[in-house]
Amino acid sequence: MSLAGYEFEVQRDDGLETEEMTLNMGPQHPSTHGVLRFIVKADGEIMRTAIPDVGYLHRSIEKISEKVGYHGFMPYTDRVDYVSAMQCNQGWAVVCERAAGIEVPRRGEFCRVIACELGRIASHLLSVGTMAMDIGGMTPFTHALREREKVNDLLEDLCGARLTFNYMRIGGVAWDLPPGYTEKVTAFLDQFRSLIDEYNDLISHNKIYVQRLANVAVISKEEAINYNLVGPNLRGCGFQYDVRRDEPYSIYPELDFEVPVGTGEVGTLGDCFDRYMVRIKEFEESSKIIRQCLSMIPEGPVLAKVPRKLKPPVGDTHIRIEGSRGDMGWYLVSDGSEFPYRTKIRTGSFSAMSIVDKVSRGLMIADLIALIASLDVVAPEVDR
Amino acid sequence: MSPAEIYKKLQDQCGDGVESFEAEALDPFIVIKPDSLVETCQFLHDDADLAFDCLSNMSGVDYFKEDKIQVVLHLYSYPHRHKIVLKIDVPREDSTMPSVETVWKAANWLEREIYDLLGVVFSGHSDLRRLLMPEDWIGHPLRKDFVEPEEYHGISTRRESLLK
Repeated sequence: MSLAGYEFEVQRDDGLETEEMTLNMGPQHPSTHGVLRFIVKADGEIMRTAIPDVGYLHRSIEKISEKVGYHGFMPYTDRVDYVSAMQCNQGWAVVCERAAGIEVPRRGEFCRVIACELGRIASHLLSVGTMAMDIGGMTPFTHALREREKVNDLLEDLCGARLTFNYMRIGGVAWDLPPGYTEKVTAFLDQFRSLIDEYNDLISHNKIYVQRLANVAVISKEEAINYNLVGPNLRGCGFQYDVRRDEPYSIYPELDFEVPVGTGEVGTLGDCFDRYMVRIKEFEESSKIIRQCLSMIPEGPVLAKVPRKLKPPVGDTHIRIEGSRGDMGWYLVSDGSEFPYRTKIRTGSFSAMSIVDKVSRGLMIADLIALIASLDVVAPEVDR
Repeated sequence: MSPAEIYKKLQDQCGDGVESFEAEALDPFIVIKPDSLVETCQFLHDDADLAFDCLSNMSGVDYFKEDKIQVVLHLYSYPHRHKIVLKIDVPREDSTMPSVETVWKAANWLEREIYDLLGVVFSGHSDLRRLLMPEDWIGHPLRKDFVEPEEYHGISTRRESLLK
């Protein structure tokens, strides 16, 4: 293990000799949400730094795209972030549509947004549940997973899969909403609303939980932007920015929703609790979006006519969409053939992971768990 | 500001470093000479009218036939909500260019990934190690002429085709 550039000095004022420990956390640590390793340099309980060692889940998805063609790559995008695969589907579809100049039918766009927002709820549920579990509360995890199962059922109705959906196609979505879907989703959302209060009672306002998160791992707005932190992590610093609202795509400009931000309600602005709370508030906003979509959805086709062998003109395209873990950047280079020349996916977890080294300095080891959980890092998304 | 205005402002400030501007592309881009990259980026970051405070994406593309590797920076400005694309061409042999880590911290990992997968060396980078591939991996997999090794530590990388 080479650690070039990481030379540490243990400084003490009282003149006592102390030894710096190098600890290995991971790769199979239960709280790292995937296979991920940290090399922790610690002075007792205080970390000098935690150096992330990623790449365990590197499946060369970008390289695969160069071999399988535009349509064939869609199922692989599910694996980029399998906790919220819908938005990855959407990212790939949107970048290909922009490169090839394809118009998506309006009903298709509505189906996409409904699917994506359900995916966001499912992803945030897992994030909130596992965060509580990492902090030490087992019960909230089961409560959150119970609801996630219901969302998975809804998504299964939509496309037959519960985790890796392969629902979207370049030019729209694969299947229309099944009969009676509006009622089913509405029934879920009605029941889900009261559950948000339940989560708040159970965890958000729990004194122990708050004390573990308040004032821990504070990230300032400037720092967050410099490290390109995105999504709920950026909003947790009190900076109101959402790609859905500020760089609108799809039908988001027609929808009415708020962009919740961290307020520092229990501690400092930009601490772990703020990042957590943004996700809780986004449950409500996503529910609002789904309700609007269900009432506004027009009749019509869901999939545009797209050639089987898609050959976008020579050139490069970059798009950004708001995934569950924030702004995802998709860069596509086309050489005019039926295979992408180069695909680059910049994900929210990637930039979140790169800030861990900086923020972890001076934290307690136990707080590293809180930090990773609050950043909602999903390892496959880092490695791709 | 529109890409054309950004280009004009950039040309006035650091004329020599700016090579060309392509306004007709889907995402208009500016080609920058590698030598003056850091000063150009610092200006883009600091100037109040431009204020590109976010390095949104950074990718490397291997243009094998043209014998160059292109590093593409997608910049975004949160205060002004405008964006621009910078492109830097480096030769495939001896592919070295300066690091922009001093301007945007996000470049640290993005550059490490490009170094890992495409073999571009970023001079001035604080910690240029492989990010995704194992440390002892030979070659850079996203280069178009990369050939997968027969085995890695005694593990064969060959599989029989299931379609036979």
